[in-house]
Amino acid sequence: MKQFWKQMSRNPSGLIGLTILLIAIVLAVFGPLIFPNSPWRMIQRPFLPPFTLSAVPLGTDALGRDVFAGIIYGARVSLLVGLVSTLAALAVGVPLGAIAGYFGGRIDDALMRFTEFFQTIPSFALAIVLVAILQPSIYSIVGSIAIVSWPPVARLVRGEVLSLRTREYVQAAIVTGQTSRWIIWHEILPNALSPVIVLASLMVATAILLESSLSFLGLGDPNLISWGYMVGAGRTVIRQAWWITVFPGLAILISVLGLNLVGEGLNDALNPRLARDGR
Amino acid sequence: MAAEPAVRIRDLRIALPPGGERAYAVDGISFDLKPGEIVCVVGESGSGKSMCAHALMGLLPDSVAIETGEIAFEGNNLLALDEDGWRDLRGRRIAMVFQEPMTALNPLMRVGDQMMEMFEAHGLLSPRERRQKALSLAREVGLPDPERIVRAYPHQLSGGQRQRAMIAMALALEPAVLVADEPTTALDVTTQAQILKLIRDLQRNRNMAVMFITHDFGVVADIADRVVVLRHGQIVEQGSAKAVFSNPQHAYTKALLDAVPSMIPPRRAPLMDRSKAVEVIGLDKTYVTAGGWFRPDRMVQAANEVNFSILQGETLGLVGESGSGKSSVARLVMRLIGADRGTIRIGDVDLTKLEGKALRDQRRRIQMIFQDPFASLNPRRKVGQIISDGPIAHGTDPKLARQRARDLLDMVGLDGGAMERYPHEFSGGQRQRIGIARALALDPEILVADEAVSALDVSVQAQVLNLLEDLKTRLGLSMLFITHDLRVAAQICDRIAVMQRGVIVELKPTATLFAAPEHPYTRELLAAVPGQQKPVSLSA
Repeated sequence: MKQFWKQMSRNPSGLIGLTILLIAIVLAVFGPLIFPNSPWRMIQRPFLPPFTLSAVPLGTDALGRDVFAGIIYGARVSLLVGLVSTLAALAVGVPLGAIAGYFGGRIDDALMRFTEFFQTIPSFALAIVLVAILQPSIYSIVGSIAIVSWPPVARLVRGEVLSLRTREYVQAAIVTGQTSRWIIWHEILPNALSPVIVLASLMVATAILLESSLSFLGLGDPNLISWGYMVGAGRTVIRQAWWITVFPGLAILISVLGLNLVGEGLNDALNPRLARDGR
Repeated sequence: MAAEPAVRIRDLRIALPPGGERAYAVDGISFDLKPGEIVCVVGESGSGKSMCAHALMGLLPDSVAIETGEIAFEGNNLLALDEDGWRDLRGRRIAMVFQEPMTALNPLMRVGDQMMEMFEAHGLLSPRERRQKALSLAREVGLPDPERIVRAYPHQLSGGQRQRAMIAMALALEPAVLVADEPTTALDVTTQAQILKLIRDLQRNRNMAVMFITHDFGVVADIADRVVVLRHGQIVEQGSAKAVFSNPQHAYTKALLDAVPSMIPPRRAPLMDRSKAVEVIGLDKTYVTAGGWFRPDRMVQAANEVNFSILQGETLGLVGESGSGKSSVARLVMRLIGADRGTIRIGDVDLTKLEGKALRDQRRRIQMIFQDPFASLNPRRKVGQIISDGPIAHGTDPKLARQRARDLLDMVGLDGGAMERYPHEFSGGQRQRIGIARALALDPEILVADEAVSALDVSVQAQVLNLLEDLKTRLGLSMLFITHDLRVAAQICDRIAVMQRGVIVELKPTATLFAAPEHPYTRELLAAVPGQQKPVSLSA
């Protein structure tokens, strides 16, 4: 663990990403305490440009709602959707991949064909269809993002497990009479974790983008403000009021960038072959 | 002997990056390489012998630095050379043969093209002459059917042939000095014997100076004119091969020579009236790689009608070269892979008939010690857990299991503090002891040791062998001991089975097998063991 932090701290871009992520999380958690106003409330005249009034630093939208408050509240939704859908995708993909890789043979074939079934459908189209059928709500959005994003996890875990299961320490565990479940859980998965963590950090970023795209198309949760919804709502007036779309757009860009940087930093820190100088 | 040295190394000191085990990889060493002489640099792992070779080739990694010293080649100090100077010298005047013939050749290039590249890199000869030269080189290093083999890709060659091709490349520009870094370690004994002879012959014909890095005293005895013994980066002894072998001065050299197992099996009391601990009857296993639509399946027979039994308290050796199927047999006996046909009995239980829980319960009676001490322990579990996991899985109370793990560590010569540490904190020999403790934790009746000492240095190897022998007698275990090293087999086995291409060709008591081998393959194997001309081991 100490080694890990040492590696991570030596990686400036990873640290920048981590800082961005921490700021976003702090804003999402504590922002609503600082801005008790609901982002849906009209507090000023519409189309107020940014940097004119200190009370509404980023201006107002077509209905006179505070853009800054929208971004703060939107951070909650975006991060929540990103994290929860990634966790859900891991919960499906990791066990499936581990079982396929460990047992191999027919089980592997069956599970991988099932995975390919999901991989062959364009993920965004599938997400749209799922949300449209299930009615837009935070649950259906999280669920559909998870459903379209677990196959790569399963593939990755399967590959790792395939190589780890031939290791001698796994054979030693089989020989000492451990059950398959115990071996997967205690011997294999801990050693397969690093690439999964890296993939997960990148999946959070993808999930945020997916949620934004869904909201942009009007398939967001109607009760929750989100960055994608704001961009979508402001797009018709982009020539008169650029700030309504640009600021939430920047928020998406920066948080996704931050997550990607963290992902790369994690990759370097957890992959000693790349990080350490060759001896 | 009066010849000017081709290479003079004086007071060479190479600094390791700070924070390592020691400050210097190589600490103040001096020796000469003379034309027409083979100097063997011997040492255990971590002695700095490979660093010497790499320094001489200008191939040191960036993390180490040469602090002081001089490497003079034909009067010029190599350490003052820039990269261009090195490039001119490497291959043309000083050439190297690497340990791993698989990774040292480019898998995507034909062997002949790689030989021709040597001339191309130095801008020599026309393409047509290069082709001629590649052919004659292939012939000189004894590659069969040179016309065909220069057009082959590395994967189509055997390990020995690849090493021959490597040597051909090294010799292409008629270098004055050949550096060979463990060139035969990855090869089988019979191939090793051929390659050693080849290097010896070429060196004589061309009057080259050869620096031969090895850890194997048998090889040294066969090939060296002079010997340099390294320990912890320092030379403890150097001298002519004869002097070092017949009259070693330094205690370390004596210890190393002593640790080399003798080819003469010790007397063993015959085992009478014992019941069979393991019985293997008619074991068959064929690996099939599916060939696709238009290619036939690839079949490799790893075990063919394998029969043997091990008496209680007996050690049965299974020897053979790589690919002979000996490791497959170990895994078949452990039921790590399923047999196509055949029966494995442990006592009166037929292991091949069991599945699931019944199999897990019976497995504790037969335990395995693995080859690679670095791959056989889970890097993310503490030693205490590694040892006690097995008994806990079989229903032992965790507290008792941990106490037992402590006792076992004591039994294999490690202190109880090891319980809370991770495997990477231990050396190879210590890790192998942990592996043995894990196998013993389940109170097995039979141990299967798959090349259990092959990855260890000779001195450590001797200790681990003694430990195994001692534990076996004390606990009354039977053992299936798989090895490619006939010296080791001679010391530890009661009976030896020789395997070739999945078939046991000869199975006899150790002393009889060594005294009167019957099968031609057994004779070939015995003859190929290095270091038999001169007495290597002092105890012999």
